[in-house]
Amino acid sequence: MAWDRNQMAARAAKELKDGFYVNLGIGIPTLVANYIPEGVDVTLQSENGMLGMGPFPYEDEIDADLINAGKQTITELDRTSYFSSADSFGMIRGGHIDLSILGAMEVSGKGDLANWMIPGKMVKGMGGAMDLVAGVKRVVVVMDHASKKGAPKLLHECSLPLTGQQVVDLVITNLGVFEVTRGKGMALIELADGVSLDEVKAQTEAEFEVRV
Amino acid sequence: MKKTYNAAADALDGLLFDGMTIMSGGFGLCGIPENYILAIRDAGVKDITVISNNCGVDGFGLGLLLETRQISKMVSSYVGENKEFERQYLAGELELEFNPQGTLAERIRAGGAGIPGFYTKTGVGTVIADGKEHKDFDGETYILETGLVADLSIVAAELGDAQGNLIYRRTARNFNPMIASAGKTTLAEVERLVPMGELNPDHIHTPGIFVQRIIEAPREKRIEQRTVREKETA
Repeated sequence: MAWDRNQMAARAAKELKDGFYVNLGIGIPTLVANYIPEGVDVTLQSENGMLGMGPFPYEDEIDADLINAGKQTITELDRTSYFSSADSFGMIRGGHIDLSILGAMEVSGKGDLANWMIPGKMVKGMGGAMDLVAGVKRVVVVMDHASKKGAPKLLHECSLPLTGQQVVDLVITNLGVFEVTRGKGMALIELADGVSLDEVKAQTEAEFEVRV
Repeated sequence: MKKTYNAAADALDGLLFDGMTIMSGGFGLCGIPENYILAIRDAGVKDITVISNNCGVDGFGLGLLLETRQISKMVSSYVGENKEFERQYLAGELELEFNPQGTLAERIRAGGAGIPGFYTKTGVGTVIADGKEHKDFDGETYILETGLVADLSIVAAELGDAQGNLIYRRTARNFNPMIASAGKTTLAEVERLVPMGELNPDHIHTPGIFVQRIIEAPREKRIEQRTVREKETA
């Protein structure tokens, strides 16, 4: 038994602290919004130019002028503000966003992150990912522990082109949670329900301390 | 000087030439200057370098200028949703320069503000940093990025007046304010052109100095990812 997408999102939601400004990436990170703990007040940022992102709209609320960074229709809240993309990335690059939760293709033991291109395949672009990992105070990666073909994604060195160097602080996979000391190394701090240390070791290339 | 024009084609008169650089506002299909894109397609100007965060979709937005092979180079951060883009790029027919989204936004802002270059930590240690000047400030490494300007900027807003003052709506603002400031000539299309004095001066996002020509024109406002939630039934 390992964690499913929702359980990974629920675990990531424990990283949210009261008062945080948070940017959530596309995919599993988007699900984190469903698990914000009771009594924890967070404001979601959308990097196209919005703070205070609300839920998806009801059919009769859809507004083409109101979308998130994944181009999905969304709603505003009573705290919402809108701004240009330059101001938005000023917030991000300037270190004003507390937490970024995003997906990854590969993470190295020193916290390098690759999540934007696979050479030889069509490259869609990095969007805001490089700015987010360079500027946000704390970067949490949520991803499957191994690729669909079973290849490890936690590596000594990333093989794919990097999104950022020494930028990751925490990695949540379907098998467990790893704390990263940027530039130094990583430690396993939690195992997913029913997952053994041997299973994790077998699917991990990067060296890690065990602190479970 | 009169800034108001009747239609996109009139406003573009005398401004288009082959090999030019055009900046286009918008994020995805949100806040894009639909009418100017159509008029540029119809004008047939070729070999355009387009600076825009995205490149529309097949059959809509800047995707229309790909179909007609009018674009020779794109400067963007993300071009995901476009099959024709992929085909032209993989066939070597289209040049592509990726910029991180925040770097692209700041390069345009800087260009419009007369700043030729700035240092950023975005992209340090990645392919984006290759060949760029590196410099340390307070123990952290940054790379030099340059400001961007264009021969022509096209933007979309909700409201405008005859002086070119603009107010954007919700997330349709995105890249439009910076792009308005970075064109040698900037054309705006607005949903409603209101009488002078009707816009609250405190609420104007783009002051009219940045806008040389303005039209009132409806936009289709196509939605890329229509996502909804169900109403709870009591």
